[in-house]
Amino acid sequence: MSLGKDILQGDRRALARALTLVENQMPEADEIVREVFGHTGRAIVVGITGAPGVGKSTLVDRLTGHFLSLGRQVGVLAVDPSSPFSGGALLGDRVRMEGRGSVVFMRSLAARGHLGGLARATPRAIQLLEAAGKDLILLETVGAGQSEVDVMGYADTTVVVVVPGLGDDVQAFKAGILEIGDVFVVNKADRPGADQTMRELRQMLSLGPRKAWQPPVLAAKAQSGEGIEEIAAAVLQHKDSAERNPEVGTRHVREAERFLRQALADQLVAHAVARAKAAGRWESLVEDVARRRKDPVWAAKELEGGEERE
Amino acid sequence: MAERRETLSGLEVKPVYRPQDAQVDHDRDLGEPGAYPYTRGIHPRMYRDRLWTMRQFAGFGTARETNERFHYLLRQGQTGLSTAFDMPTLMGYDSDDAHSLGEVGREGVAVDSLRDMERLFEGIPLGEVSTSMTINGPAIILFAMYLAVAERQGVSWSQVRGTLQADILKEYIAQKEWIFPPEPSMRLIVDMMEFATREVPQWNTISISGYHIREAGSTAVQELAFTLADGFAYVEAGMARGLEVDAFAPRLSFFFNAHIDFFEEIAKYRAARRIWSRRMREKYGAKNPRSWMMRFHTQTAGCSLTAQQPEVNIIRTAYEAMAGVLGGTQSLHTNSMDEVLSLPTEKAVTIALRTQQVLAHETGVADTVDPLAGSYFIEELTNRMEAAAEEYFRRIDELGGVLAGIENGFFQREIADAAYRYQLEVDRKERLIVGVNSFVEPDEEPIPTLRINPALEETQVKAVQAVRAERDQAAVDRALEAVRQAAASDTNLMPPILDAVRAYATEGEIVRTMRTVFGSYREAAVF
Amino acid sequence: MTETSDAEATRPIRVLVGKPGLDGHDRGAKVVARALRDAGMEVIYTGLHQTPEEIVEAALQEDVDVVGLSILSGAHNTLVPRVLELLRQQGMEDVRVMVGGIVPEEDAAELRRLGVVAVFGPGTETEEIVRFTRSCARGA
Ligand code: B12
Ligand SMILES: Nc1nc2c(ncn2[C@@H]2O[C@H](COP(=O)(O)OP(=O)(O)OP(=O)(O)O)[C@@H](O)[C@H]2O)c(=O)[nH]1
Ligand SMILES: [Mg+2]
Repeated sequence: MSLGKDILQGDRRALARALTLVENQMPEADEIVREVFGHTGRAIVVGITGAPGVGKSTLVDRLTGHFLSLGRQVGVLAVDPSSPFSGGALLGDRVRMEGRGSVVFMRSLAARGHLGGLARATPRAIQLLEAAGKDLILLETVGAGQSEVDVMGYADTTVVVVVPGLGDDVQAFKAGILEIGDVFVVNKADRPGADQTMRELRQMLSLGPRKAWQPPVLAAKAQSGEGIEEIAAAVLQHKDSAERNPEVGTRHVREAERFLRQALADQLVAHAVARAKAAGRWESLVEDVARRRKDPVWAAKELEGGEERE
Repeated sequence: MAERRETLSGLEVKPVYRPQDAQVDHDRDLGEPGAYPYTRGIHPRMYRDRLWTMRQFAGFGTARETNERFHYLLRQGQTGLSTAFDMPTLMGYDSDDAHSLGEVGREGVAVDSLRDMERLFEGIPLGEVSTSMTINGPAIILFAMYLAVAERQGVSWSQVRGTLQADILKEYIAQKEWIFPPEPSMRLIVDMMEFATREVPQWNTISISGYHIREAGSTAVQELAFTLADGFAYVEAGMARGLEVDAFAPRLSFFFNAHIDFFEEIAKYRAARRIWSRRMREKYGAKNPRSWMMRFHTQTAGCSLTAQQPEVNIIRTAYEAMAGVLGGTQSLHTNSMDEVLSLPTEKAVTIALRTQQVLAHETGVADTVDPLAGSYFIEELTNRMEAAAEEYFRRIDELGGVLAGIENGFFQREIADAAYRYQLEVDRKERLIVGVNSFVEPDEEPIPTLRINPALEETQVKAVQAVRAERDQAAVDRALEAVRQAAASDTNLMPPILDAVRAYATEGEIVRTMRTVFGSYREAAVF
Repeated sequence: MTETSDAEATRPIRVLVGKPGLDGHDRGAKVVARALRDAGMEVIYTGLHQTPEEIVEAALQEDVDVVGLSILSGAHNTLVPRVLELLRQQGMEDVRVMVGGIVPEEDAAELRRLGVVAVFGPGTETEEIVRFTRSCARGA
């Protein structure tokens, strides 16, 4: 039995199982990813980010419906925070999804302490969905409002969602959300102040450097489905522009080096720790750091050097 | 036990209260019973002139079973009717809809078309009895059916008395029986309000309900604040439609919970009347004293009852009922001892009704108006409940009002937090519940419970299909098209819906028609 | 941006809490969901008004160890067997099903006979539910 093969054949249960292995960082996961990696990288990955309650999940649901009608194979990943106290999580993004049976594959991921608005398993989860034949993946980040900049590293197109009445959000914009958006959506345009917010946003964007891709600012009423087509069109346009224009760049370029670095880091760390443990040095070094006898960087250098200095 | 004692809302309770604790200006804060600000009750002589209406919530199976229960309750001395509908009816599905499978008649009575409504009130003169109906999302349809039955009985609408729950805001907040999104739902309510003001003057158009908010887990303070906030939202919606506040406000009524924390509940009712009258007069400029008076129904707290040692529920219910009466309720439902097990048996509901009768005729509590007025504790607690509610009103205003609060999950979150806190207190035995976490009996004798015959579902499914086969389909199609057009425009939906029910269009068909215009609601997950 | 962890395998128990049918009583389901979360589990809440088909598809996609159904509407005799049947059709017999809510004892006995591992009624301590759910974890 090989989960990888089953996934490639579209077995949903195998996909779900493999996602768990990836989330749990089980050794079997490496094997599965190796098996399917050649079949990944083919989907358009659309990141949806924004403060809590701006309507990300509603938008994901409507975009799902729209992309399905365009004949796309849609996968959804939705990330929610884990409790820092218990490690548990309440994953509630499915509530807003229309029941579409097995046509759409949706997986809720807990952040499990990972910062940046996504789960550590996100890139691999995307790969598994791609291997299962999904060619359009919607990725909803944790609604934290500020620090979800990770999403731009994993998505082809990042959609930043705001609601009328920027007010406090101006801080978030200063904190960098402006730079990560490829498409801006002012959702809940049925509420007063949407025009004003769109103007403010456009103005802020115009202050930035001129780029090959100028992020559009679109209005939407996710609840009633208005504006969805335009968002989908902008997403596809951005993808085209990225492919034609090296300056915009596709995620593959952005991610390849990072994947490699991350994988290397994981492996080196695992090796180094295993070696130190085998040599009986790990516990005492941890103890030294805990008691402030050594600082962590110095302790790591010691291990890396493989021998004790002084 | 801990030295600090609190009410269920977490308000601290001192061992002794003294005159300086109760800061009340008699004329400003209390007044005479039957006079502004109505803290002491809405009638000068209260139950001396008229006892509260004893109104047990009832409904199960088909219209036939429930009609029998209605007649039984009236024979036992009940003075008003209260209808419980089944889940498919509450959610706008016909009994033969796929969504209804296994749910027909289980939690209330199944009503698909006017035919069922006629049977439900067979032998009950609608000009004489007042009927309350717990229905919200599709309330406008059931109201139309009720009025059509009155027509058939030859009773003029001007004589028809009763109450429609029709409080959609608390559906999103607590009871979860929504159909359409909030805005079109509010429009349906204002349509009914407008229509009833003109055509059914004795009808209570909305029963603004704290009961469900409380049962979903809120504290007494939250129940008070959220319910009144909903009430003000309806007033504002009516005024926005161009209705004169005094034209509709007198027909608004309320529905509160009577939980187990005796004094806090009494203070809650008193504070509620005072807040309502002050705001209606000062903020909304109502001139008619009837607009200032808060009339309310009370139901004892289902969630305070236990599956363990169910007979003990009779005692809990009796205390809760007494709080409702001391708080000046206009009508009362007492829960049956088998509340946690099933819909009530005839025996259980009879004891529950007798509990009210004992209260009314034996205990003497009905002889004096607002007998606890002037108690240092009660007055102080009334003030604190009012202040705590005002604090919530301020927060709700900041959020942008009730609809905005629903949309961003404010109410739902407050309630979920309170419900979880309560559960943890019980789990940790910080709050003792007899029979559950203390005084437990290892081997309890089960009590007999009501079982709904599963064959009734098939009976009902056949019945609705027979109605569809017999009626004039062309007339139904025309009527439904008129409903659709009215929904898409801004004309009042009541008249076309009346025509549709008269033509025996089913509830599910009418709802489906409106859905094509209004869409459906989905809630966000709030914990 | 990404923390470097030494790839310690963590495997939180995943539980789906579902509300099948038209039942809107969600107080208990939410209390239980929170208690499980506070015990370190990942809880997928499906929301109200789910069909058995939707619940089973969600359980499959989310790869949960346990499915918890909360039913206070009296429709358990129709809904629960259907969920069990669909799980079987998907080859998901290893997923445990527990039920909470208002279920008369004779019905509970029948549901257990059909494969439900536990039925929790009113008054159950959440600690007991947590303990039981832990015992249902795959590989536990
Ligand atoms: C609160 C309540 C309400 C509230 C619900 C608020 C909400 N959002 O949840 C309100 C007032 C809105 C309400 C309305 C109705 N209700 Co009601 N309600 C109750 C009541 C009094 C308490 C339920 C409760 O929340 N208890 C507190 C929670 C914490 O306990 P719990 O849900 O039992 O959960 C515990 C266990 O069961 C278990 N558990 C529960 N879920 C899960 C899930 C999992 C995974 C696990 C492991 C365990 C578990 O663990 C929990 C902790 O111990 C019960 C009677 C009773 N006392 O039980 C009636 C009751 C359930 N309601 C009933 C009815 C009929 C209705 C209505 C249909 C009335 C009508 N015709 O209009 C409506 C329908 C509402 C709807 N949308 O479905 C009936 C059902 C009859 C039946 N099944 O045979 C009951 C039994 C009352 C009665 N005897 O008539 N109700
Ligand atoms: N008025 C209005 N409300 C909307 C619109 N879109 C979504 N909402 C509502 O906004 C609330 C939050 O929607 P979600 O889609 O859950 O928002 P989210 O960003 O995914 O929330 P989190 O995942 O909790 O961060 C819900 O009550 C939606 O119904 C819209 O276009 N107009
Ligand atoms: Mg979301």
